[in-house]
Amino acid sequence: MDILIVGVGGQGTLLASRVLGKYALDKGFDVKLSEVHGMAQRGGSVMTYVRIGEKIASPIIDEGQADLILAFEKLEALRYAHYLKEGGEVLYSTQEIMPMPVVTGAAEYPQGIEALLHGTGVDALSLALQAGNAKAANSVMLGALCKKMGLDRQAFEEALLASIPQKTVEMNKKAFELGFAAV
Amino acid sequence: MKKLLLGDFAVARGAWEAGVQVASAYPGTPSTEITEELSRMDDVYSEWSPNEKVALEVGVGASLRGVRTIVSMKHVGLNVACDPLFTASYTGVNGGLVIAVADDPSVFSSQNEQDTRLTAVSAQVPVIEPSDSQEAKDFTKLAFELSEKYDTPVILRLTTRVAHSQSLVELCEREVPAAKPYERNIAKYVMMPANARVKHTVVEERTAKLSADSDEFEINRIEEGSKELGIICSGGVYQYVKEALPQASVLKLGMVWPLPYKLIERFAKSVKRCIVAEELAPHLETQIRAHGIAVEGKNIFPRCGEFTANLIRKCVLGEQKQLNVASVPARPPVLCAGCPHRGVFYVLSKLKLNVLGDIGCYTLGAVPPLGSMDAVVCMGASIGMAIGFDKADPEAHKHSVAVIGDSTFIHSGITGLIDAVYNKAKVTVVILDNRTTGMTGHQNHPATGKTIKNEPTYELDLAEVCRAVGVRDVVTVDPGDLKATEQAVKDALSREEVSVVIAKRPCALLTKKLYRGFKVNDNCKKCKACLKLGCPAIVNGKDGISIDVSLCTECGLCQGVCKFNAIEGRD
Repeated sequence: MDILIVGVGGQGTLLASRVLGKYALDKGFDVKLSEVHGMAQRGGSVMTYVRIGEKIASPIIDEGQADLILAFEKLEALRYAHYLKEGGEVLYSTQEIMPMPVVTGAAEYPQGIEALLHGTGVDALSLALQAGNAKAANSVMLGALCKKMGLDRQAFEEALLASIPQKTVEMNKKAFELGFAAV
Repeated sequence: MKKLLLGDFAVARGAWEAGVQVASAYPGTPSTEITEELSRMDDVYSEWSPNEKVALEVGVGASLRGVRTIVSMKHVGLNVACDPLFTASYTGVNGGLVIAVADDPSVFSSQNEQDTRLTAVSAQVPVIEPSDSQEAKDFTKLAFELSEKYDTPVILRLTTRVAHSQSLVELCEREVPAAKPYERNIAKYVMMPANARVKHTVVEERTAKLSADSDEFEINRIEEGSKELGIICSGGVYQYVKEALPQASVLKLGMVWPLPYKLIERFAKSVKRCIVAEELAPHLETQIRAHGIAVEGKNIFPRCGEFTANLIRKCVLGEQKQLNVASVPARPPVLCAGCPHRGVFYVLSKLKLNVLGDIGCYTLGAVPPLGSMDAVVCMGASIGMAIGFDKADPEAHKHSVAVIGDSTFIHSGITGLIDAVYNKAKVTVVILDNRTTGMTGHQNHPATGKTIKNEPTYELDLAEVCRAVGVRDVVTVDPGDLKATEQAVKDALSREEVSVVIAKRPCALLTKKLYRGFKVNDNCKKCKACLKLGCPAIVNGKDGISIDVSLCTECGLCQGVCKFNAIEGRD
């Protein structure tokens, strides 16, 4: 199972990959994760790889190889859509974050992205705000992912709650629930 | 027990299991987490050194005194540490000395794409290279053994994909070897000409012996497959080869300098087509060919950028996937919402100054719309370059500044400032003091007043340092106050002497607070003055200007540039 997690630096793609990694490890699979730190994290386009299986060699996912793309931002979903293999799907947040070339007027945010994506959109930002704070959007997406992939909900939720600060547990639980119910 | 570990954490774990006593480093992506992890272990002394040269010198001293020591840095950090490295190669070690160096193929977070293996060849220091987290741990332990057995520092070379990937690792217990007794040994440790001449011969013999012995090293192994195709590889590339060419015979080199030539020759003869697959420089290929062994390599593979399994399939088998790549606007990294550097760059941009930059988050001041940077070369270079500007053009000091972060200033900016005063340059230096080492993920440094373990220590006063080296004009401002910052920069530029402006405000990410975010009210005239800040939280949408509450940190900079009081807090 090859899952590509994409988004904008700071959105929590690292956390999402670690939760998936922990879940897969607890289920007895071989896991490899690859992440990007440093300069690339500062509001830039980021991708994190999660590979789960009996025996994994390369920690990275190539173009045309991913079973699923989990996208925390709509434009980023489109940017990496060619990483999907035939029949693969995108689970994406409908949130739009303007890249700097769009802010400065050098480029336009593409319209009609949904029509170009094969998969499911989730209004993660609204659901996160409903749960308590915009920062909970990644828990919304993880809830949606759990449902979409048919994962063991209790084990997956435990993996998530073990990876976040104690004081945000209630908010993230609610966000997870809202995401789970949204797909 | 198996655990999912980041490559860097696995190196730290390996060092810990091997009984390491001292760990030193200067933070550098992707090597930082090695020492961060070691700092969490109470039975290891760890430190952030001011730079990599000092870190390695601490390592040399600890090794000399008889304990196992690890020093960690990124590839460009090794340049800074080359002076002690090249001569520590001559002195050899007492306790094992391992230098973990992380290269950055594809330049994810660096200023160049250099190859540490070439430096190691020059320094005559052996290099071993793990391919995943398990090997990162095992090879670190082996590196200590090799270091002590062959009396040499050993470089453990990582790349971004090994350092920053997670895979499963079998954990073991810690075993601390007895500290080696320390004895004064002038012939071995005092490198003056008479001793260095002797030691150079010893180093050459050591390299030859290591090369011969390595034919039998378990970490250099042949995995037999098809006789049609053989691949020689190491490190992360090995994983891509296994993925792309599962049928091929593989010679996996765990030690990539010096090389096991008999083993390589036997392997090359056993296959019809023998290819060296290596990222960056043709290091293995050049050495192997120099030994008269025919191989392919950079005739089919690129020298730039990291490899993938797809790339190997394409280069070796000619397979290419047809991909439908969407054409979308780029999303370059930007200064975070609330970043204290933004205020400074807004002012520098407004005043249209030449800006000699440095290494850190603030290198992003080069990105539009701020776009305020003329040159960035290496750690600490901004001040030296500003002096060069001044000496080359008597008018330059009136419209140019050096900008340098607090940690970078301590790393190697202080010597530049001494030069500026000593040689009567008229430069203006802006120290972007965000109270942390930002880009690498918030490490303490001498001016934070906290050690690596967050224990209180002497807090270096940057203003006092500047005054102590002879700068008379030292001013501290809050970069959140745009007017004061602009005035301070203008004053500094008007002076015919060295000036330092310390723009002091903590990194926005240091505050873990949850913000509600600002909002735009009806006063907005859509003048777009706020967009000049290049703040990712300010959105220029179809319905006008709005603020992304998921990013806004209520820093107030946008309120400072808005003439219509159109930006307000949420009640």
